[in-house]
Amino acid sequence: MAKILEKRLIRYPDVFYYRINAPLISRKAKPGQFVIIRLHERGERIPLSLADINSEEGTISLIVMAVGKTTTEMSTFNVGDEILDICGPLGQPTHIQKYGRVILVGGGFGVAPLYPIAMSLKEMGNEIVVIMGARSKDLLIYENEMRAVCDKVLITTDDGSKGIKGVVTTALKQELEQSSANIVMAVGPAVMMKYVSETTRPFGIKTVVSLNSIMIDGTGMCGGCRVSVGGKTRFACTDGPDFDGHQVDWDILINRQKTYINEERGSFEAWKKRHVFAICE
Amino acid sequence: MTENNSKETILTRTPIPEQDPAKRRSNFDEVALGYTPEMAMKEAARCLQCKRPLCIDGCPIHIPIPQFIKAIKEGNFEKAIGLIKTASFLPAVCGRVCPQEDQCEKNCTLGKKAEPVAIGYLERFAADYAMQNRNGADVKIPKPTGKKIAIVGSGPAGLTCAYELARLGHKITIFEALHDAGGVLVYGIPEFRLPKRIVAHEINLLNEIGVEIVTNAVVGKLITIDEIMEEFNACFIGTGAGLPKFMGIEGENLNGVYSANEFLTRANLMKAYAFPEYDTPIKIGKRVAVIGGGNVAMDAVRTALRLGAREAMIIYRRSANEMPARKEEIHHAFEEGVQFELLTSPVRIIGEDGWVKSVECVRMELGEPDKSGRRSPIAVKGSEFKIPVDVVIIAIGTGANPILPQSTRKLALNKCGYIIVDEETGQTSREGIFAGGDIVTGSATVILAMGAGKKAAKAIHEYLMHI
Repeated sequence: MAKILEKRLIRYPDVFYYRINAPLISRKAKPGQFVIIRLHERGERIPLSLADINSEEGTISLIVMAVGKTTTEMSTFNVGDEILDICGPLGQPTHIQKYGRVILVGGGFGVAPLYPIAMSLKEMGNEIVVIMGARSKDLLIYENEMRAVCDKVLITTDDGSKGIKGVVTTALKQELEQSSANIVMAVGPAVMMKYVSETTRPFGIKTVVSLNSIMIDGTGMCGGCRVSVGGKTRFACTDGPDFDGHQVDWDILINRQKTYINEERGSFEAWKKRHVFAICE
Repeated sequence: MTENNSKETILTRTPIPEQDPAKRRSNFDEVALGYTPEMAMKEAARCLQCKRPLCIDGCPIHIPIPQFIKAIKEGNFEKAIGLIKTASFLPAVCGRVCPQEDQCEKNCTLGKKAEPVAIGYLERFAADYAMQNRNGADVKIPKPTGKKIAIVGSGPAGLTCAYELARLGHKITIFEALHDAGGVLVYGIPEFRLPKRIVAHEINLLNEIGVEIVTNAVVGKLITIDEIMEEFNACFIGTGAGLPKFMGIEGENLNGVYSANEFLTRANLMKAYAFPEYDTPIKIGKRVAVIGGGNVAMDAVRTALRLGAREAMIIYRRSANEMPARKEEIHHAFEEGVQFELLTSPVRIIGEDGWVKSVECVRMELGEPDKSGRRSPIAVKGSEFKIPVDVVIIAIGTGANPILPQSTRKLALNKCGYIIVDEETGQTSREGIFAGGDIVTGSATVILAMGAGKKAAKAIHEYLMHI
């Protein structure tokens, strides 16, 4: 059982910040790792990236976007409520070292897990450029947090309501043409990470991506999260979630993420019928 | 009773009532229904009460078999379970899933001339009787020794080790990676073969004797073995062999291809058969192929049928004789309508729009015996053919999970990643750290893991009482 200590709506109406009491996990967790949660006895196990770690307070933070049944149900959990199961820290931490100039690329709420990575990279003395993309300015999250840590912040919006009109790769390409980088790290939807990797490939810049496969146990036991990297089958939960974006077979990943699309839709609709809820409360 | 009848009685074992195959293939209720007291007493009367009972030698944990059978024959069921419990912590489990035909029953003297005594069914009867009547299970705990022992993994090896050590007065803490205790007993073996309430009952007994179980604790991530050894006097590693093997053939990452571990975990632990009341989905195939011939393959194929597959088949590269699954499981699968594509090996999985469409296979023939002593399968050139399916489940075994070994200093492993131990004691290369079960031997049976847990418990006790 893990108690919710803080909940904030960070992007209207569907993105929530949770600070959760998890002293043992916070003691070991490192940026780039994730936890698996199960809300209640009938719940599924879903992986969530760590958006912050505070070992002194014994807390971890998660950013949850209410998109499906479990995430929407979680959005109805409030301060004082308990999450039945929380397991972690899982996966390999993001490799942090002195790289020099680092470009971080975050799409949508993928910016959140980049935040602790940015802080660790900064502590190691890296120069950090962050490119944050969203469909429109109202959908951006973590802008102030990132501004406080990063040396340069580039914002892109599909509709041009803020920053550069376009997608993250528009800004990334410009940035790489103007001044290079030693490494690029991207977190976001698989399609975005795919195109980030395609953008950096001609520049020959190492690109680390964080893969968000479907998982159950998160310990290598089920193999459901398997991805093809460099022609070899790897497990995102134990070998990853970080991999070389130039080696990932993106089409397989994107396809596998759709495995339960119909079942999930049905389950969500059924749940919504049973629950009257206001997501933005 | 006429002489003929009595002879008949001794030659033929008392059959165990079973759910009708046509009915059971669409439910998850237990297949075998268990003996009534009358049936059990009748079957127990068949035991010859050998002076030198070989059945005990066949049991990895040396249950006093003739003694408990005698108690059943006399109608003293409480005494029977008491006798079993001196040796076994999980009789209701073992009575159901042990391969008795290769162990105790294989050695049964009666078995030389007739059918061996149904030792497994009798064990199950005694355990179920005790569970229903809540007796024979009380364990007296001696004075605490003050020693603390950590157990990693709550599968059969860990549970047995915990039980043996707890009843010697040691303080036991079990660390379990998943949200429920039981390991393969809860995520792997299906409800229709081992109801989860039975596992929960046995685990509850552990709680009652003071064993603490910490769930959601992945050792190697949340806490390391080295940290555990700072807090505990000794440690037993029974993490199992949880890393599914794939074949490395084309199409294995298509949607609709599962490892047996994933398929069974979704169905059993996560109760995907009750989706959407439970949130975890599972792909219900119309035509399902399970690759492999072991018990896990049988569990997977029978689960697929019960989930609603119209057709479910086993694809196995050798013949029925070489199948590692228990005869009873193969028989049950056959009765339920599972098809068997024997001497057949998959070459690639063919997809369409990212989903499995068919498996291309090649026919095999058996050549000379290989290292395992089984005749090795050889592909017949030009015999390729396609089997249309929409779900493929790969059940060809598991390997060593790397999380714990990778995070532990100086723990000696063999070239496959399994932990190296002293066979008699379970002692690893590190003082105070013992291991047993599938993480030492590779995929084996529940009872062998229990045997290893028991052996290690004895060695841990001796180690702790002499330091």
